[in-house]
Amino acid sequence: MINLLAVKAIYFHEMNRTRRTILQSIISPILSTSLYFIIFGSAIGSRIKEIDGVTYGMFIVPGLLMLNLLTQSVSNGSFSTYFPKFNGTIFELQAAPISGVEMIIGFVGATATKSIILGLLIIATASFFIDLNILHPFLMVFFLLMTAITFSLFGFVIGLWADNFEKLSLIPLIVITPLVFLGGSFYSINMLPEIWQKISLLNPVLYLVSGFKYSFYEISDVSIWTSIITILLILLILIVITLLIFKKGYNLRN
Amino acid sequence: MKKNFIQIKKVSKIYKNKFAALKNVDLNIQEGEIFALLGPNGAGKSTLINVLCGITYHSKGDIFIDGIDLTKNRKKIKSLIGLVPQELHLEAFETVFDNVNYSRGLWGKKKDNNYILNLLKKLNLDDKKNNLLMQLSGGMKRRVLIAKALSHNPRILFLDEPSAGVDIELRKEMWDIIYTLKKEGVTIILTTHYIEEAEEIADRVAFINNGEIILVEDKNVLLNKLGNNKLVFTLDNSFKKVPAVLNKYSYKISKNKSCIEFFLSKEKNEVSDILLSIKKSKMDYLDFNIEKRSLESIFVDFIKKEKK
Repeated sequence: MINLLAVKAIYFHEMNRTRRTILQSIISPILSTSLYFIIFGSAIGSRIKEIDGVTYGMFIVPGLLMLNLLTQSVSNGSFSTYFPKFNGTIFELQAAPISGVEMIIGFVGATATKSIILGLLIIATASFFIDLNILHPFLMVFFLLMTAITFSLFGFVIGLWADNFEKLSLIPLIVITPLVFLGGSFYSINMLPEIWQKISLLNPVLYLVSGFKYSFYEISDVSIWTSIITILLILLILIVITLLIFKKGYNLRN
Repeated sequence: MKKNFIQIKKVSKIYKNKFAALKNVDLNIQEGEIFALLGPNGAGKSTLINVLCGITYHSKGDIFIDGIDLTKNRKKIKSLIGLVPQELHLEAFETVFDNVNYSRGLWGKKKDNNYILNLLKKLNLDDKKNNLLMQLSGGMKRRVLIAKALSHNPRILFLDEPSAGVDIELRKEMWDIIYTLKKEGVTIILTTHYIEEAEEIADRVAFINNGEIILVEDKNVLLNKLGNNKLVFTLDNSFKKVPAVLNKYSYKISKNKSCIEFFLSKEKNEVSDILLSIKKSKMDYLDFNIEKRSLESIFVDFIKKEKK
């Protein structure tokens, strides 16, 4: 039987941490997003011609959203899992009658919730700077939810793997951020030379950004179905990896 | 006779580097008793506790708690256990109340603010309930760890070195808490370096060394069996040699000839005989007293024998 009360305890414990660190968790990404809009949307964006029929300010909304969703989900997810190992309170999670799945639901649920709140706040912030019109709101919510859950789970795996703070920030800094920037967040891959277009197709984040763009403006670099399948596939791979980790007890028990 | 609540049958723990932290450990712990696990550093005390708590997986053997097989129903067994670890690992930025409540939730118990408040009161933490954990002293943190372990009404409480870094006053307060828990029917298992702690509060003791249990005994029986008393005379500078009349007793003279110890037999009342013999022999001494052999000296002897 699932220990729902334990899941609830972990979830609210993590949400309380967000409340305590609201500046770092919520306000900081909103501020940086606003700066992106002021610089790229208004100052520079006003001199850039429309891309695929939308203004540059509108064009960057899905990319900015994805940038924040991915980096915050991975950072928060990895930190919330690594921190109990760092301060030694992991003993309590190991001794408590909680299964790996319950632990994942609690931790990943809380991280994904933070990311979803953040995503919604970024959309609200964007609407102050541009005339935002989401053509497929349900599809947008689907991508928002799936991206938040998938990359929170990715953060969870990184948190289990990391044994120091350097490793903790390694993946978000040297993998996630470059992939988002090179994944068509701030440009259409059609603007690249053909060879780079082909290379860009190897970047999984491109499919996520493209899916998001489609849900907003019906413009995309790849088919919407490819984007949907990609996010589901990444989630599936991460679920399998996480279950294997729990089975082997990697960094969790002796 | 009380039932064997915890049954440990031929349990071994061998790490990947082939180090055997536990070797064929056989042990039965009864319900409601205070059981002390004594051993030097690295003896396997914490490993055994971690195995019983389900944190570390044992390599061989069987463990049953309340008749439940640990390997088959780890979750059920974990729900019976409260653990107070040796290190003071706590969240720094959370309040005492929230953190204790969190533990209760982790063990799948419904929120019960009154229970937590009473528990904090019992542990003299009620005036600290809104304090951040980082603001507490070491002793207070130890109390919080006990509160966390008791937050879900465990039937077994493991205390790993509960007196480490704790002053005498708090140690005695903790002993009172342990007595109260015993009265409430909680089975208490503690590891300790302070042998006097085991001597004071334990019902039974086990000596563990190099991953092996070398002795399990009722504390009072052990002290009666091996806790022979000594009659110790402090000698003056004029002492040369032991009078022949005293040779019938078992004794030992210190290297600098400053004292002589007579080992008293349990069966005979030898004190008055020795005193009379000394008076007759006119052996001079400055003072005498009777020393009770402590659990600590029994423990040290056992460990020395093991090393040989």
